[in-house]
Amino acid sequence: MIGTGILKGMAVTARNFVGSYFEKDRLITVQYPEERNPLPENYRNFPFLPYDGDDPEAGLRCVACKICEKECPPQCIYIVKSEDKKPDYMDKPQFYPKVFNIDISVCMSCQICVEVCPFEAIKMDKVFELSRRERFDALLLRKSDLAKPNEYYHSICPTDAAEVDAKLAEAAAKKKPAAPAAPAAAPPASAA
Amino acid sequence: MTATIQTLEPIERPPTTMGSRLEGELMEVSMGPQHPSTHGVFRMNVALEGEIVRKLKPVFGYLHRNHEKIGENTSYLGSMPYTDRLDYFCSMTNNWAYALSVEKLAGIEVPERAQYLRVILAELTRLQNHASLLGFLLSDMGAWGTPLMYAFREREKILDLFESLSGSRMMCDYMRFGGCRVDAGPDWMERAKKIVDLFPRFIDEMENLVVGNEIVIARTQNVGKLSAELAINAGITGPMLRACGVNYDVRKVDGYGFYPRFKFRIPLGEHGDTYDRLMMRALEMRESVGILKQALEQVPAGPIMNPKVKIRAFRPPVGEAYGRIEAPKGELGFYLISDGGTNPYRYRVRPPSFINLTVLEDLCLGHTVADVMVILGSVDIVMGEVDR
Amino acid sequence: MEPLEQIKARIEAAVPGAKIDIVPNPGPAQQLSLLIDNEHARAVARFLRIDPALRFDFCSNVTGVDWLDRTVKKTVKVKKLVDSEEKEVDETTEEKIPGYLEAVYHLYSMIHKHGPVVIRMRTTDRAQGARLPSLTSIWRSAEFQEREIFDLYGVRFDGHPDLRRILMWDEFVDHPMRKDYREPDDYEYEPTPHDDVLERAKQHCASRPQLDGAEKITDAVKG
Repeated sequence: MIGTGILKGMAVTARNFVGSYFEKDRLITVQYPEERNPLPENYRNFPFLPYDGDDPEAGLRCVACKICEKECPPQCIYIVKSEDKKPDYMDKPQFYPKVFNIDISVCMSCQICVEVCPFEAIKMDKVFELSRRERFDALLLRKSDLAKPNEYYHSICPTDAAEVDAKLAEAAAKKKPAAPAAPAAAPPASAA
Repeated sequence: MTATIQTLEPIERPPTTMGSRLEGELMEVSMGPQHPSTHGVFRMNVALEGEIVRKLKPVFGYLHRNHEKIGENTSYLGSMPYTDRLDYFCSMTNNWAYALSVEKLAGIEVPERAQYLRVILAELTRLQNHASLLGFLLSDMGAWGTPLMYAFREREKILDLFESLSGSRMMCDYMRFGGCRVDAGPDWMERAKKIVDLFPRFIDEMENLVVGNEIVIARTQNVGKLSAELAINAGITGPMLRACGVNYDVRKVDGYGFYPRFKFRIPLGEHGDTYDRLMMRALEMRESVGILKQALEQVPAGPIMNPKVKIRAFRPPVGEAYGRIEAPKGELGFYLISDGGTNPYRYRVRPPSFINLTVLEDLCLGHTVADVMVILGSVDIVMGEVDR
Repeated sequence: MEPLEQIKARIEAAVPGAKIDIVPNPGPAQQLSLLIDNEHARAVARFLRIDPALRFDFCSNVTGVDWLDRTVKKTVKVKKLVDSEEKEVDETTEEKIPGYLEAVYHLYSMIHKHGPVVIRMRTTDRAQGARLPSLTSIWRSAEFQEREIFDLYGVRFDGHPDLRRILMWDEFVDHPMRKDYREPDDYEYEPTPHDDVLERAKQHCASRPQLDGAEKITDAVKG
C-alpha cells in the first residue's frame, strides 16, 4: 500500500526522537567552553619542544640538527643553528637552536617531525585554542613559546613521556662511562 | 512541425520518456560551484530544454592544488599526510593505497598485526563513508537533516575511534611504509568491537528509512541508469560499478592485505540506477561489519612495523609500481616512479570519484534538473580527490 | 595471464607493422610495460581489448610522465688485448637520450580478472605541440585522464572528442606538471621562509636589511 514506507520511516524518526531523551548511549551536546570532553592521549595538534629541568634555554634537548626542518612536508619549521656550543642536560657540549620557529598557520599536524627527531626533542602538543586576531606574526611560534617543561609533557601524554624518559635515562647510563674518554664528543647530528 | 499538442492527455509519464514540449533554444545553466548539493566546489554547465537536461559538461579545478606536483617535490614519507587531504572522508584508505604502492615499489613486507589493523581501519572507513553518503544523498533529495544526522551520529563514533588511535579525526596520517604508526591497545579493540556490534542497528534504521520509502523510490528508481558495458568501458569502479551487476572488487581480485583470509560477499545490483547505487552502500556496510567482526576476533599480537624500513632518508630502488586498493568510492591507485632519490620522480593518484564522473553526462541526459543532484549524489564524489 | 613476451609476439602477429618494445622495470614491483608505436597504437589497443584471451576491457589509470634530456652512463665489460694479453676492461659509454613525454595506460581485465598490463606511448620530443593518438575511442575512461595529461603536460591527443583544459583554467598558458615548469613569482608572505622560499622572500624584501632570517624578514614586511 502506498504510504507504508513513509510510515515506517516515521516510526524510525519517532523512536530516535524518544531515544534521544531516554536511551543510555545517546549522544549529548557538550556545552563546549564550559564543558570539555577529555582529549584522547594520542591526540595531536602542533609541535612543542620539551625541556628538562627548570631553564627553558639550558634544558632544551634540541641540538639544531635540522632534520625536522628538512623532513617537514609543508616546510613550516625554521631553525638557525648556534655558532657556539653549550652543555646539554647530560653536560655534553652541543649546538643549540638560536632560532626555532614553527609557523602553525602552515603546520598540518602530521607529526613527522616527532617521528624523525633522533633526540626526542620535539613532541606534539594538545593545545587547540590558538585563534589569533592577526594572521601572520601571531601564528608564528618562537622558541620561547615552543619550549615547555617535561612535566607538561608528562601531564598531557603520561605513557609516551614515561617511555621517552626511560629511553633517555638508558641512553645516559650507557654514555656516562664513556664520557671521560671523549670529553668533547662530536655532535651526533651527523649520525642521522 | 506538424505534431499536434494533445492538451487533454494527463501528464503521467516518467521523466525519461517525456517528450520535448518546449521548442526553441536550449537554456544554459551553470549549476555550482556554490550549490550545496555539489559536495564541495563542483560545477556543471547544463543545457536545458525546459527542465530536461540535454547536455551536461562538468567543470573541474576549483579545488585543484596540484597534489601530484607537491608529491614529486616531497619525500616519500612527507607525501603520506598529504594523501589524507585527497578524499578527506577516507584518509585511512588513502594512506593504505599510498603505503601499498610504496611497499610494492620498494618490496617491503608488512607484519601480520599491521595488516589486520589496516583491514580494520579500512573497513571502519568504509562504514563511515557509506553511512554519511546515504545521509548526504537523502539530504540531496530533500530529506533535510534527519538521515544525515543519524549518519553523522554513527560517523562520530567511528571518528572518535580514529582520533583515539591516530590522534586526528579526519587527517589520520596513520599508516607508514611497512606497517602502522601506533599500536591499538586492548581497550581500543573493545571499543571498536562494541561499535561494530551496534552498527547493524543503524543499518536497519537506515534501510527502514530508505528501502520502502515511496518518495525515495520515486526519485531514484529508473533514474540515471548505467549499463554494465558502458560502466566497464568508462572505468567506473566501486559500488557504482557493482550496482550495474559487474562483479569486480579489488579486495577479491587482487587480494591485497589480508582480505583473502576473511569471508565476505560482494553485493551486486541489477539495474544500475540510482536506487541500486544507494542500496549497494547499505549492503556493503553489512559485509564490512562481517569483515570487521572476523578481523577483530582474529587480530594477532606482534609488531606493527617492519624494522628494516628507514624513517629518515627513505630511498626505494629505481623502478615503478602501480598499487591499487578498493577504497569506499572505488579503485584508488597510486602510480609511482622512483629514480632512486628521496622524492618520487612521478607520483600519480588515480582518483576513483574523478573517473566515476566520466559518465555523469550519460547518466543525466533526459532527466530533469532535480535528478541531476540525486545522480551526482549517488556517484559519491569528494572534491578533494576529484580536483586534487 | 600469459607472459608479456607472448603478448608482444601476438600483437606483432595480429597488427602488421606494429613495433613493440618491452620496457624493463628494475624495481621489485616487476610491472613491465609495452612501448607501442604511435602509428599503430589504436590498432594495438583495440587488439588488447578485443582478443578473447586478454580482454583488457578496463583501462584503470592513464597518466603522463615527463622525461627530461638525460645522459645514461653504461659500463660494459669489454675484452681487449692489452699488452698482447686478453683482459677485461670496463668501458663507459655515455648515451644522450633526448627528452620526451610519455602517456602510460594501466590495463586490467574485468572478465578474466587479470592485469595489469602497462602500455606506453612516447612523443618524439618535449615541444609545445607534442602529439599522441588518443585511446578514448577504445576506453572511455581515458577521456578525462587524457584531458588531464593535455592540461598538465601539454600532450595533444589526436582524435580526442573534447580536448580542453580540465584542472587549470582555460586562460592558463603553461603546463604545470612538466619538470621544467617555473612557478609564477606570486610570492605570498610566510613567517617561516626557508630554502627556495627564503630566497624568494629575500628577493621580494631586498631593499630592507636582512640580519638573521625569518624574523627580520617579518619585520621588513611589516615595515
